[in-house]
Amino acid sequence: MPLWWPLLTASLLFALGVYGVLVRRNAVLVLMGVELMLNAVNINMVAFDAHLRDVLHGGQTFALFIIVIAAAEVGLALAIVLMVFRTHGHIDVDALRELADRPERDDSPDLAERPASAEGHPAAGQPDRSGAAR
Amino acid sequence: MVQLLFVLLSLVALGSAVLVVTVNNMVHAALWLVVTLGAVAGIYLLLAAEFVAWVQVLIYVGAVVVLLLFALMLTRAPTGPQPRQERRHALPAAGVALLVAALLGTTVVAGFRDVRLDLDTAVVGSAKVTGRSVFSDWVLPFEVLSVLLLAALVGAIVLSRRSTLHDGDPDAGVGTQALGGPGDSGEGA
Repeated sequence: MPLWWPLLTASLLFALGVYGVLVRRNAVLVLMGVELMLNAVNINMVAFDAHLRDVLHGGQTFALFIIVIAAAEVGLALAIVLMVFRTHGHIDVDALRELADRPERDDSPDLAERPASAEGHPAAGQPDRSGAAR
Repeated sequence: MVQLLFVLLSLVALGSAVLVVTVNNMVHAALWLVVTLGAVAGIYLLLAAEFVAWVQVLIYVGAVVVLLLFALMLTRAPTGPQPRQERRHALPAAGVALLVAALLGTTVVAGFRDVRLDLDTAVVGSAKVTGRSVFSDWVLPFEVLSVLLLAALVGAIVLSRRSTLHDGDPDAGVGTQALGGPGDSGEGA
């Protein structure tokens, strides 16, 4: 088998993960895109391990380590997502703008276009609930 | 035979990955992710990484997808089909993804066009081989990683705990008050 077959598969899988991270608005679906990207990296690791005949099996070992890190990441991200849902009532990553860099405090243009960016999420337009979050 | 199997598994993985990032129903996206991860596990098997393939099945398909489904369930994701929300970002995101694919694809194809992957004489990374490698050469990263996993899970527990246990916190009721919030908003959605 040519070596570039698994590498091209991994590249396309990584690009699909990038698309998923960029296009999705639900935080859990963004996490799925991250999982796709991590799997693409793992395919590269395993392919080069088989190609280079690594006596230390560094590629396969690092693929295992990446899987463990992905599990830790998903566990932590699930806790954060549930925290955000508890305080905001939604997990729309586009509507979470409390840390946005606004030019002015009073006449901020972001506040004016906020309901438009958060349509479909009734709780998103209420800043008092998000103010309770720490 | 191996090549045919590899092409089929790659097509399954890529096709279901397309469905993961485009399908509207969130639960269906999670289930297509299972197909993608299973096909990737098959690719690992073909690339002589047996133990990694079983770990992929156990941890990714078994644990990570279940965690994602729990996250979808606990955030009251609508299970039915819903209107497309991401049309606004689809075009620039597709452009960036195409650029990434073109860049990475041309790089790996141009760099490794003539290299052949000889899988017949490759050492199969069975549990014995991988275990010996992990616990002899890579034992320090392994231990560091176990501490990292412990720290991440303790952090997850601390984050997801209700905040009513704060001692003398004036806004100790914030947790329960905010907990009532998702209920009424979830019915509205």
